[in-house]
Amino acid sequence: MEKQSRRNFLKTTAIATAAITGLTTRKTKAQEQKGFLPDKAMGVLVDTTVCIGCRKCEWACKTAHQMPTPPIEEYDNRDVFKKMRRPDYTSYTVVNEYKNSDPDKFPIDVKVQCMHCDQPACVSACIVGAFSKLENGAVVWDESKCIGCRYCMVACPFQIPAFEFHKAFQPKITKCDFCYTRQSEGKLPACVEVCPVEALTFGKREDLIQVAKEKIRLYPKRYINHIYGEFEVGGTSWMYLASEDFTKLSFPKLQREPAPGVSESIQHGIFAYFIPPVALYALLGGVMWLNKNKKTETEEE
Amino acid sequence: MEEYMKPQKIKKKFFTPGVIVISVFAAFGLLVLLARFIFGLGAVTHLSNQYPWGIWIGLDVALGVALAAGGFTTAALGHIMHREKFHVIIRPALLTALLGYTFVALSVATDLGRWYYIWHPLIFWNGNSALFEVGMCVMIYMTVLYIEFLPIVCERFIGRVNLPGILRKLNKPIDRLLQVLDKGLDKTMFIFIIAGVVLSCLHQSSLGTLMIIAGPKMHPLWQTPVLPLLFLLSAISVGFPMVIFESIISSKSFGLKPEMDVLTDLARMVGPILFTYLAFKVGDMVIRKTFVYLYEINTTSVMFTIELIVGVVIPLRMFFSPKIVKSPTGVFIASCLVIFGVFMNRLNNFIVAYNPPYSFQPYFPSIGEILVTLGFISLEVLLYRAAVMIFPIITQPSEGALKTKYAIKGVK
Ligand code: SF4
Ligand code: SF4
Ligand code: SF4
Repeated sequence: MEKQSRRNFLKTTAIATAAITGLTTRKTKAQEQKGFLPDKAMGVLVDTTVCIGCRKCEWACKTAHQMPTPPIEEYDNRDVFKKMRRPDYTSYTVVNEYKNSDPDKFPIDVKVQCMHCDQPACVSACIVGAFSKLENGAVVWDESKCIGCRYCMVACPFQIPAFEFHKAFQPKITKCDFCYTRQSEGKLPACVEVCPVEALTFGKREDLIQVAKEKIRLYPKRYINHIYGEFEVGGTSWMYLASEDFTKLSFPKLQREPAPGVSESIQHGIFAYFIPPVALYALLGGVMWLNKNKKTETEEE
Repeated sequence: MEEYMKPQKIKKKFFTPGVIVISVFAAFGLLVLLARFIFGLGAVTHLSNQYPWGIWIGLDVALGVALAAGGFTTAALGHIMHREKFHVIIRPALLTALLGYTFVALSVATDLGRWYYIWHPLIFWNGNSALFEVGMCVMIYMTVLYIEFLPIVCERFIGRVNLPGILRKLNKPIDRLLQVLDKGLDKTMFIFIIAGVVLSCLHQSSLGTLMIIAGPKMHPLWQTPVLPLLFLLSAISVGFPMVIFESIISSKSFGLKPEMDVLTDLARMVGPILFTYLAFKVGDMVIRKTFVYLYEINTTSVMFTIELIVGVVIPLRMFFSPKIVKSPTGVFIASCLVIFGVFMNRLNNFIVAYNPPYSFQPYFPSIGEILVTLGFISLEVLLYRAAVMIFPIITQPSEGALKTKYAIKGVK
């Protein structure tokens, strides 16, 4: 039952996106060129076939961001995998575990965090521009601007930004910031640095795609032929390799077109250099003037 | 005859049993509101990381903006098309729009996590954001509405400013100020009236752009690139029904006779507008082939069908019937259905259609959220009642004009 509705949902969403994007293919060309300095964009390749679910990355992330965390030993407890978890204000990244369809094999562990989209919906949506995409690919949030409207959460296709609903004063939007302060000091993202099995590879996004393709070519049995994030919503800085179809690992099925594409072109259509509103204003003014004159004329007769 | 009929303050008792019930609702709403500001959004609402927006945005804001559309549609009809006959409904519609938008602003402030930064969009701009556009237009339009209301204030208080005590010294200067304002506004009002209509068209449609960025998270029955147009058309469709609805309610509550000859003419215009809306809605469905989702019976398809049949098709048929548009009960019911249809539409677009990944449990508004919504509506009704008692808004026969068709029932 559960499965059925989920599959239906995915199917319908795929059709919807196809329908919408069909109408705006012209626009997406221009946006492809817009990109964000692809040569400087960094990324992380997550190999879910390597990840052992030790959750050290969760601990490292919290430690690097001065968030409260239990001692590292407690992360060995695998009971947490019984429930699916999502990133929230207590942790910017979580690892979930999925049963392998081949029962003889180990379960599959998937680390989840912000994907740092190339053309992020959150950046496009935010009413005050509190989200921005940095040169190295990181998508970061500016506490001093945010008004807490949560439109970024409505917009994000990966449902990543979380909100401190329990706070009455200065609630934050929380999400992985790609450790951009550590990066600017020349350090690795904390989760990448701590990973004991090198399930996470940090590097230039372009290089990572080559690495991923090479892995798939060398081990066709180990991986399905899909780098998640290479093209999804216009490409993401974080990318994934897996042995199973990504929809089985709770990844949303998304199209290639960047999430903000449609809404931005509509928005800019309605406002194109303020011509439509000004034209409407002039038109209404004219109608008003004509009707007024007609009125006085008939009255004079 | 004209001079016998003019907008006047209503002279009645403010409190009636109905008003007391409404006041109780308002009080409950304010209590929950207090809790929200002390304990945070999480304590009062059922919002979550998967469902960041609930009825405070979907109904209080999005529906509120749509239902305030009577303001700009009647302004367009009365001032821009210069149809003198409709001037009697402009002031009540203006007042409704003014209160409506004021409460939209209050609802936004209630829903914002960092409400004290509500002014940030004025200095931090993001032109790519549909929400930014809505926010700016609503802010400017609200200012325009208050300006449009000023002449009524002038009319009420010029020569009658009478402050008590030491404030008495201010009486003269305030009177002068009002007179200057009145003169200036008289010449420039057309600028604001046109601006009001343009701004309304812009933000009514941009409200439709809001959910488009949610992409595949929004059910395909509603997710379409023509949403801005559909939102604009539905707002225009609900403009006159809202005016009719209020006009009939307030004449009932103040013991006046409904102004049926004006309302009938208004009602005749609703049919074609509703038809245009329906045509676009169905056309879009056919082009995108989304009717396939109606074959499976579930909440979504049922909600969509109710929205379309009860909220559009039935009232459409009613507004096209010559008999119904002449009967107060007929136009009242038909108007209620259109209002219900837009209510369903906004609810569907913002809540039902929104289907995020990883949701642990579906969103349903909490008691607190519902109480705040009801509280805001109640406060609005109370303020409306107070305003028509203070300001000359509602057209009634002046004392001495005995025989008019607007004669007050039971009052001499
Ligand atoms: S995953 Fe979501 S939050 Fe992260 S960059 Fe993309 S849109 Fe923004
Ligand atoms: S909640 Fe903050 S970051 Fe998110 S869209 Fe609103 S203002 Fe921007
Ligand atoms: S990149 Fe940094 S912020 Fe993001 S999950 Fe890893 S440690 Fe946390």
